[in-house]
Amino acid sequence: MSFSPKEIWKEFATSTIALVGIGIIVALICMSIIAFVAIPAETFREWNDPSSWLAYPKSALPSWVNYFLQQKIPEHLILKPQHFSQESGNVSVVTDVFATAYEYDSFPSDFIYQFTAKYQGSPLVQLSVTRPDGTNSVLMSTSLPQSKENTEFEGMLFSTDNSMKKNLQNNIQFQFPTDSIPSQDLVFSELDQNKVQKGLYVFKVTAYDVTGNLTLEQSRFIVGGKAYGLMGTDELRRDLAVGILWGTPLALFIGITVSIGSVVFGLVYGVYAGFKGRVTDEVMMRFNDIIYAMPALPLLIILAVTIGNSIFLIVGFLVLFGWVGIAKVSRSMAMQIKTLQYIEASKLMGQKDFKIIFKHVLPQLLPYAFASIAISVPAAITTEAGLSFLGLGDPTFPTWGQILHDASVYGAAERGLWWWILPPGIMIAITGLAFVFIGHAMDTIVNPKLRR
Amino acid sequence: MGFKKYLVKRAITMFGVLMATLLITIALVGANMDAILKQSVSLDIRQQVTNNKALVSSFKNPEQLDLYIQNQIKQRIISLGLDQPWYTPQRLGLAMYKILTLDFGHAKFLTSDTGSSDVKDIILEKLPRTILLFTTATAIVSLLGIFLGSIAASKVNSKIDKITSGFAIVSSSFPVWWVGIIMIFLFAFVYPIFPARATPEISVTDPGYLTSLLYHMTLPLVTLVLIGFGSWAYLVRNFLVGVLQEDFITAKRAAGIDEKKILYRHALKNAAPPIVTVLALSLSGSLGGAIITEAVFDWPGMGRLYYEAISVLDLPVIIGATYVLTAFFLVSIFLADVLYGYFDPRVRRQ
Repeated sequence: MSFSPKEIWKEFATSTIALVGIGIIVALICMSIIAFVAIPAETFREWNDPSSWLAYPKSALPSWVNYFLQQKIPEHLILKPQHFSQESGNVSVVTDVFATAYEYDSFPSDFIYQFTAKYQGSPLVQLSVTRPDGTNSVLMSTSLPQSKENTEFEGMLFSTDNSMKKNLQNNIQFQFPTDSIPSQDLVFSELDQNKVQKGLYVFKVTAYDVTGNLTLEQSRFIVGGKAYGLMGTDELRRDLAVGILWGTPLALFIGITVSIGSVVFGLVYGVYAGFKGRVTDEVMMRFNDIIYAMPALPLLIILAVTIGNSIFLIVGFLVLFGWVGIAKVSRSMAMQIKTLQYIEASKLMGQKDFKIIFKHVLPQLLPYAFASIAISVPAAITTEAGLSFLGLGDPTFPTWGQILHDASVYGAAERGLWWWILPPGIMIAITGLAFVFIGHAMDTIVNPKLRR
Repeated sequence: MGFKKYLVKRAITMFGVLMATLLITIALVGANMDAILKQSVSLDIRQQVTNNKALVSSFKNPEQLDLYIQNQIKQRIISLGLDQPWYTPQRLGLAMYKILTLDFGHAKFLTSDTGSSDVKDIILEKLPRTILLFTTATAIVSLLGIFLGSIAASKVNSKIDKITSGFAIVSSSFPVWWVGIIMIFLFAFVYPIFPARATPEISVTDPGYLTSLLYHMTLPLVTLVLIGFGSWAYLVRNFLVGVLQEDFITAKRAAGIDEKKILYRHALKNAAPPIVTVLALSLSGSLGGAIITEAVFDWPGMGRLYYEAISVLDLPVIIGATYVLTAFFLVSIFLADVLYGYFDPRVRRQ
């Protein structure tokens, strides 16, 4: 019944299914590392803060759908500027230039220029556009509020502003009636008819200032579209790629902690009962029976509602119901090992029970323990996802179940927002599958009966 | 140990589990329950007093009226036994006794379709629907599973065997409720064949109710079957492969008995005990999972009742539903034990 780690690894490495499982888990770990490195921890704290997602579109499709579409959906663009500044006389001019190649088949929903200006006095800010056909127009000019001291001002220029349309009508000769057309549809339009003009658009923001200490910060130009990023966004404008990516370490954490916790506890409990035998065994196993026969989900729900739903508590609750099966099996294994001669010998030598258990019995069960850890990960992940889906999970963390809960609250299925529903479920299944594969392969190695 | 003695021992354990679950539930919701009950008592009495104009006018000033109301509330709380905390032995005993005799009291918010707020009425109305959905699903799943599993077992390592095993592992990795959402998305919105909400719109008393209920049941049923039958087939296959390697099968083959007859008559019969046990266990397991599945499909059964009760914290309903769910769970586990003994004579004679 004993295996050397080397032998196990050798057999393990020849099993395709195990390698596939390991491959998936390595990929998931990479995703977790990317999540930690690329997405600052604040972003995931801000997951539930609507104000931090204002620049994003509502329920936008993933941008890659455009590859499969004849009519390209406008992508939601958040443009970063190129800074220029120059001095002429006592007037300093700060310029931010945003360029984008607009190659979509319909108009953007709107555009917004966002900025934070640090200044003194009352500088003038002007937004203008140069279109692919060479025509250009001032879109808007506004002066910032007068201030005698150094001040900071957060401003936004909206495409819905009335002056923008008037400027466009004055500066560009459109050959069609323009009165009932919103300004974003004019900016991106052909001259002779109201159709999208594809090509390079350059938006220029110029700030004129006489005091000489004007800076534009956090300046960005947002062209509103219906597609965004790798995974699209949800109804609350959140980037789903961030949620899915952050869900990975969370799912791995929940799955692995719960399964290690349950297996370790179950193993020690079962081995102790089996080793001690007699009354201790009887009492411990009856208690085991009681927990085994309890309906887990209703009790989990009651526990989550009454005691609390922090992620650590939920991990604890899952361990509470997770250890029983392992305790049963390891008890019967311990009873077999107990009869082996070397155990009896160490007993006769007067070794303490605990020492025998930890030194001679538990190491024998390690391969079984590792297989059980792998096999019990998926159940932990799906159960947590189920609780989160019912709205009983920890709302501060974007777990996959939590994302699906939000999806169902906002009626994603009814509204056809497939990109909100599919990825979290597929991720749950893939993660589960990886551990099932590994557990399955280990089981075959550990259990010679299954070898055929 | 005789089989009877074994069953008695199991029955006692089951009863112990039932009591333990009940106790845990009461312990978890007890403090809340008391607070809510006290609140409703004081609300009740305030309303009674203010509605009684003659009584109100007999007081000289508001302070007196207030004092009177306070006293009334105190009396009522004492008469209801609410002055003692929920964990005193008398109150705990009384609560357990009431629940054991299926007296769950009245729901705070939820009502049955016919308008009754008696928890017993509500549960009796929802329970048959859950049983209808989940036993039908389990029956279909097990028939399909046994059929497919036998085919796979008779042709080990064939294409059909590999497909069945692969499908089993993959399908059991998806959460049922997620597949449910996808099914609703596909067959209620993209192709509007079935209704998205499984609750029939017509009233219970309407003669067409049952037909409508069955039509609404299709989508959840298909989902449950789709997710369930793969792992069933895999299980049956594994049991059968074990049996097919035994000597008596080789002997039958040597005697020239038809391969199909061997498979369906002899092998399946010998694989029956574990199959039946797992069947009973999976039925009980699906009852627990019913909470999420029914919430997704809006199926008007026990699971959705439980979910609704949790979301509005209707404690009498929570306690009642937990009790009934646990009882069903235990009955099916016990049934599994009995059936095992029935199918496997070795257990009986031990």
